[in-house]
Amino acid sequence: MPEVTRLIYKYLRHDKKFPHVWCPGCGTGIILGALIRAIDRTGYEKDDIVLVSGIGCSGRMPVYVDFNTLHTTHGRALTFATGIKLANPNLNVIVIMGDGDAMAIGGNHFIHAARRNIELTAIIVNNSIYGMTGGQYSPTTPYGMKATTAPYIHIEQEFKISELAVTAGAGFVGRGTVYHAKLLDGLIEKAILKKGFGVVEVISHCHVQYGKQNRLGSAVDMMKWQRDNAVTVQRAKRMKPEELEGRIIIGVLTDKELPIYQDEYDKVKERAKEGLSSLGG
Amino acid sequence: MGKRHEIRLSGSGGQGIILSGIILAEALGLYGGKFVAQTQSYGPEARGGASRAEVIVSDEEIDYPKAIKLDLLLAMNQKSCDEYYRDLKEDGMLIVDSTFVTQVPTSRAIQIPFTKIAREKFHKEIVANVISLGAITELMDIISPKAMEEAVLARVPKGTENLNRDALKAGLMTARRFKESLKKKDREPQEYQQED
Amino acid sequence: MEKRRAKEFLMQGNEAVVEGALAAGCRFFAGYPITPATEISEIMSVKLPLVDGTFIQMEDEIASMGAIIGASLAGVKSMTATSGPGFSLMQENLGFACMAEVPCVVVDVMRGGPSTGIPTFPSQGDVMQARWGTHGDHPIIVLAPSTVRECLDLTVKAFNLSEKYRTPVIVVFDEVVGHMREKITLPRPKEVEVIDRIRPTVPPEWYIPYEDTTQGVPPMAVFGDGYRFHVTGLTHDIRGFPTLRPDEVGPFMERIHRKITLGLPEIHMGEFFHLEDADIAVIAYGSVARSARRAVIDAREKGVKVGLLKLMTLWPFMRGAIERIIQRAKALIVPEINMGQLSREVKRVNEGKAKVSTINRVDGLTITPGQILRRIREVS
Repeated sequence: MPEVTRLIYKYLRHDKKFPHVWCPGCGTGIILGALIRAIDRTGYEKDDIVLVSGIGCSGRMPVYVDFNTLHTTHGRALTFATGIKLANPNLNVIVIMGDGDAMAIGGNHFIHAARRNIELTAIIVNNSIYGMTGGQYSPTTPYGMKATTAPYIHIEQEFKISELAVTAGAGFVGRGTVYHAKLLDGLIEKAILKKGFGVVEVISHCHVQYGKQNRLGSAVDMMKWQRDNAVTVQRAKRMKPEELEGRIIIGVLTDKELPIYQDEYDKVKERAKEGLSSLGG
Repeated sequence: MGKRHEIRLSGSGGQGIILSGIILAEALGLYGGKFVAQTQSYGPEARGGASRAEVIVSDEEIDYPKAIKLDLLLAMNQKSCDEYYRDLKEDGMLIVDSTFVTQVPTSRAIQIPFTKIAREKFHKEIVANVISLGAITELMDIISPKAMEEAVLARVPKGTENLNRDALKAGLMTARRFKESLKKKDREPQEYQQED
Repeated sequence: MEKRRAKEFLMQGNEAVVEGALAAGCRFFAGYPITPATEISEIMSVKLPLVDGTFIQMEDEIASMGAIIGASLAGVKSMTATSGPGFSLMQENLGFACMAEVPCVVVDVMRGGPSTGIPTFPSQGDVMQARWGTHGDHPIIVLAPSTVRECLDLTVKAFNLSEKYRTPVIVVFDEVVGHMREKITLPRPKEVEVIDRIRPTVPPEWYIPYEDTTQGVPPMAVFGDGYRFHVTGLTHDIRGFPTLRPDEVGPFMERIHRKITLGLPEIHMGEFFHLEDADIAVIAYGSVARSARRAVIDAREKGVKVGLLKLMTLWPFMRGAIERIIQRAKALIVPEINMGQLSREVKRVNEGKAKVSTINRVDGLTITPGQILRRIREVS
């Protein structure tokens, strides 16, 4: 059987919940594909994977996959995931969020999960807009663009998700696009295998809301823009800052060995018990 | 409410009032076999603000856990003495730290310079509260000195047991001499004159 | 002098909550510092690592609530503790726990509000928030201890009810109860009844995670058990997947309410004191119930036929008990350290039969026995 059929049968709730809710041409399906291929490559058992989401278009992803799946509240997916991981460290907990989900309402949870370097995988679908609610501006909507709540012009600066994650202390941070699907498979795989907080920011497109309001063309046009504007980390190193203006740097932005929350907490347990035995308890 | 005793310890944050309340409640409850309820009130400041701890002790189960009319008030500073004296029963006992309380509202006040004794005898102001617990033990019939000693030693930091045992004893002795001086002279209590 | 008995301690209400939680099998705690509940976090941080449990201080109360739901879904009994301002933040995810039927326990040590209010002083101002704080129709169980011993016992009960009925259970008490120290003998482990959630026994392919049962409580699989089911805050069908169908939405909403209603005989807990012949009944909870008890004893000594209903379960409201009391009692007195919250519910149940009067206090102090005694005299 073809590889794609095998993956569909193995990982999708193909007989239960399809068709999906995403618009034709949406990038979220490509990310779901990349996620499944990445998980398949890790060799992890389906029973040991928990896919957690927040609210929004990306939030619906867990419905379609045959893992332990949890669709939480807006912005809070990482907090639920933290509880799951600490309660059962044997589970591989992957969190899928949107840019509004992870950066606006969930921004605080995101930086603290990174700071703790807790062993979770966070995939952030960055399509520069709130899609499901109808195209309002998000923390990653670039300056000067339009949205249904920025009908004249958007006047805020955008969040740089990956750079924020690096600064906040995540062990692994990668950025990809839905155009560069192969790269994305690898980034997600690395993030899942990473001991520590692994972040993958995926530049996606919402041609229905963001694209339409800003006259950026079809889904294909927007993916071509990703192709034309993406620069690999290696190439970016040889480029001048002014050349990188408006470009998307893709690849592994950071991959370092930092203390992992769970390991540190094991030390706390040991210390507590040593203290108790020295008291004769 | 026949057998109910209401005790309030008061002073400022940092004088060890809350800890004294806990020790007193443990002496009466755990080591003395009585029913106790201990409550406290404090401001947001850990130190410097007003601090008070209450201990209700009874032979029967305690319902209302706060003091209504005090049988004993310990005031470790002037402000708490002024503020809480009105809550004392007519025949209630007022004990003040005369190091800080210079104006007493009644001639029956028992005035002992707890902090001064702590400074001069132990070179540590922090034990003033334990000295006051010694005095309370001696002056109230309901606590056994042995129970109080056990309660104090169970709560103080390791390595300070001897210091605190001595401080407790100093409080007991000071109050005892005070009581004896009362009997001898058979007059209204006056400020205790520290010996040596 | 009586020798100190083994295992007897002088303990705060907040400390007893921790003892109760650990005895009930709580092994995960997530919280955020707040007066007057902080002791619960601090003691949990000491004790949980000793029993291979996990303590984590989250970035806020929203996160704390999310984390305890996550831990429970992974099969570990979990709890958080807070006070009014933090409780407000927890409401969002508390609703999720109601919707997804995730057992967990939330302790709210009530302080004066609204907003930052009086952090170090007692209040009973969160009684309605505990009932209706999260949005939408939802069932909830709220317990209210008034002694240190009850802090332990009702925390155990809270875990047991949350596991049995797959629902969040809230334990509320005022600052007086939280910080008061009383003697307590800790129960031995075998003396504590511990109830665990029912897990599915069918093979995974037969498992229907939100299927109706006679008691309305479906067995709960745990992430990692091999059942791979879906959990969502959206209204869902019996398989756990989002649904918009009225014929699925309606029965789901009815079931999550019915499961609590069926449990009422066990959920409702109260103390009935001198109520058999009472012409006047005081209805109280928390530290105020202690004042009320004293007032009732004093009034009885003077020949007034007065009794006390001490509510240990605040929600679902103990309608039946009140209805029985007003078959005889002509007057009800409801003292509360708020502007009148549970008294509204008493009036609703009373339907004008007895005369209901309230004693309300919001100056930062608890209600004294004298205040209640005066009112008893006035209405007798």
